[in-house]
Amino acid sequence: MRLAEALGAPSTPSIFAPASTPAFAIRDLSFLVLAIVTGIFIVVAGVTVYAILRYRRRPGDDGRDPPQVYGSMQIELAWTVVPFLIVIVLFLTTTRYIFAIERQPETPDAVEVTVVGNQWWWEIRYPRLGIVTANELHVPVSDAARPTPTFITLQSADVIHSFWIPQLAGKTDLVPGKTNRMWIDPRTPGTYVGQCAEFCGLQHAGMLLTVTVHPKDEFDRWVAAQRAAAADDPAVRAGRDVFASVACISCHTVRGTPGNGVFGPDLTHLMSRATLGAGVAANTPENLRAWVDDPARLKPGARMPAMKLSREQLDGLVAYLVTLR
Amino acid sequence: MSIIAPDIAAPDAPVERSSLLTRLHEWVVTVDHKRLGIMYVVAGLGFFLVAGIEASVMRWQLAAAGKTVVSPEVFNRLFTMHGTTMVFLAGIPIVFGFANYLVPLMIGARDLAFPRLNAFGFWAFLFGGVLLYFSFLGGDGLYGAGSAPDVGWFAYAPLTARAFSPGNSTDYWNLSILVMGFGTVATSINLIATTLSMRCRGMTLGRMPLYVWMMLVVAGMTVIGLPPLSAAQIMLLLDRFLGAHFFDTQAGGSAVMWQHFFWFFGHPEVYILMVPGFAMVSEMIPVFSRKVIFGYPMVVAASLAIGFLAMTVWAHHMFAVGMGAPLNSAFAASTMLIAIPTGIKIFNWVATMYGGRIRFATPMLFSCAFLFQFLCAGLTGIILSVVPFNWQLTDSYFVVAHFHFVLVGGLIFTIFGAIYYWFPKATGRLLSERLGRWHFWLFVVGFNLTFVPMHWAGMLGMPRRIYTYPADRGWDFWNLIATLGVPFQIAAVLIFMVNVVISLRRGERAGNDPWDAWTLEWATASPPPAYNFETVPIVASRRPLWDLKHPDDPDGPHE
Repeated sequence: MRLAEALGAPSTPSIFAPASTPAFAIRDLSFLVLAIVTGIFIVVAGVTVYAILRYRRRPGDDGRDPPQVYGSMQIELAWTVVPFLIVIVLFLTTTRYIFAIERQPETPDAVEVTVVGNQWWWEIRYPRLGIVTANELHVPVSDAARPTPTFITLQSADVIHSFWIPQLAGKTDLVPGKTNRMWIDPRTPGTYVGQCAEFCGLQHAGMLLTVTVHPKDEFDRWVAAQRAAAADDPAVRAGRDVFASVACISCHTVRGTPGNGVFGPDLTHLMSRATLGAGVAANTPENLRAWVDDPARLKPGARMPAMKLSREQLDGLVAYLVTLR
Repeated sequence: MSIIAPDIAAPDAPVERSSLLTRLHEWVVTVDHKRLGIMYVVAGLGFFLVAGIEASVMRWQLAAAGKTVVSPEVFNRLFTMHGTTMVFLAGIPIVFGFANYLVPLMIGARDLAFPRLNAFGFWAFLFGGVLLYFSFLGGDGLYGAGSAPDVGWFAYAPLTARAFSPGNSTDYWNLSILVMGFGTVATSINLIATTLSMRCRGMTLGRMPLYVWMMLVVAGMTVIGLPPLSAAQIMLLLDRFLGAHFFDTQAGGSAVMWQHFFWFFGHPEVYILMVPGFAMVSEMIPVFSRKVIFGYPMVVAASLAIGFLAMTVWAHHMFAVGMGAPLNSAFAASTMLIAIPTGIKIFNWVATMYGGRIRFATPMLFSCAFLFQFLCAGLTGIILSVVPFNWQLTDSYFVVAHFHFVLVGGLIFTIFGAIYYWFPKATGRLLSERLGRWHFWLFVVGFNLTFVPMHWAGMLGMPRRIYTYPADRGWDFWNLIATLGVPFQIAAVLIFMVNVVISLRRGERAGNDPWDAWTLEWATASPPPAYNFETVPIVASRRPLWDLKHPDDPDGPHE
């Protein structure tokens, strides 16, 4: 529950509560499809129920076999042609939506993001803005008058993952050795939840993701804060030295320090993120301490090893990390 | 001339009781299609129970958010083993076991064309199954990592590469499915050869029972669809043991290529499992409606159409992979098209019931539930073929609900019905109708409780294959309901097992033809002698026993 408050997320990522254009279009299409299949269900199930009730053997049946009807070409033709017509309608509609969504041209105002799937977290890069962050995608809201959609380039560093925020768009896989593209055009500010949708190993369930849609000025402030240099508070110099002297820097980057590893999330603005371990715990100093001590306690199987730090090292390191706002 | 054997009350006659060892030996060395068929079905049902237990543990784990019944490692093994077992160790052996038993009897043959190849197929399957389950003990391998396979039944590359799956667990999956694949292809070739060359006099292709027609289509799909999977598995073996790079994305291999190989098998596979279900209800519905099947030529044509189209739909499992708009549209089209012959079949079954005198014995109860549940499965299939909608639903619980409606609501229901229907032929005794009704109703309730809510969970954004989920997502309720359906299904299966055990000893004697049916298997004794028919029958229509029972109004002139 606390996690939900921390994220400020709507409770359920229903595909019928869209907030962005591809998801809006899919919902409209889904209503058409659901109407068609419901109609078919009512007709076919109705006839079946009728046949079962009307032609059941009743008490006092004389046991003789009913008249044998071998078939009728006209009837067969009718129930071949009608479904065929339905299929044509459905196919043409589907194709129109496929091309409209997949061939959406990119506008000059669009935000460019690259999302790289890792076991089991998301690296998020803004190549034009020079920002690198993780697990929490921030985008500006887009209005119909001056749309600022976000175009997302999807790649994977290891196995196949899938990017799914049900209220914003359908899934697109992140396939190693292949670059996929998708886009969102969110119309309502808020935080939308989702998670990896392609089985990617042990912690597939622990690879959560949020997209926060900001009003334009708020997004600009977020960008400015992310582009700022990492905090360098002399009071936590001891912790910073721990960070730079043990193995942290092999995997993590804090811009402006010796740490420039790329296997783990960029920590330059760690405390600007709401969660740890790709959404498995709220990003509080206590959780952060537990995570640094032994990530597997919060996320069994996480790739980050327990660093076996002494209590003083741990205290100092966490004190340093919480300054990285 | 009569093709009906006298009702020999063989089981009552004093039989020399041979020792247990002798009888066991007889079963192990047998090449009799009936014994192999029974062994296939019994072994398949055994694996069905194991996979059901695996599923029950998963449902327990998912009953509420954040439960810790099993660890993530164990959960991933459970769903991998559940899927692999249900498809390869329960589904395939049961449907091919029925075909083994029934096809020669239905076409008036004395055995399959290659009896020893048939035995090879069975033992290859059983060996593969035992090998797969041995992974629980032996999967640690040289590297000390892993146990049972945990990469999903689809084993997507590059998760199966050495880098991401050390140890030998993936190799157990790979090798056991490979071995079973050879056995299944052998059995399919056998079925095709038998059907094409061993039919009795008068049994033209146009007079074959629909069951035989559809199993011919199934065997054809298997021969085309399974070898690509075997090929891909050999490539994976080369990747894992000899450093080849077919699927190794770090070295330029293609992860998407594995998916194409896998689904080129995997989608026909859905029909390889489903068409036998169609085949069984196509025999049961007419007999219990007391009417000839409506539109026999159309049902055959629809089956062939399904067989052909089934080879063209595989990439509809890959709409989110990024194949591009033209390919996505093409596979949407083929997927929607296959709904048409499938729909035709449903219409023909309902038309067969229409105007009949429907007798609701247990096989017919299961057949009727099949009609509704398979209708739902077909319609959710249409929903999934609408690509943009699929982008939301694929890899969500909606898909889990959809294919369990196909494979449980469609196939398992028909298999249960078929067991009630043909058990008397194989054993000489009827299963209890009273226990059968309990089995049926508990299973209908349990199945729908478990799988209907999964549609909702999926539309609310719940992905597949997760061992737990956050508490704030609003998925708890639907998952709890789904888990509550499990005890009903367990009770139903237990009642079924009790029914089998009791009826084997004390069931009502069946006689040759307990259902007053029309196909040739009911013309011989129950259980049939090793040679099936004393004199090879001669038939003149699609329903040889109807002709005998109604000499004044034979089928021939109507066909």
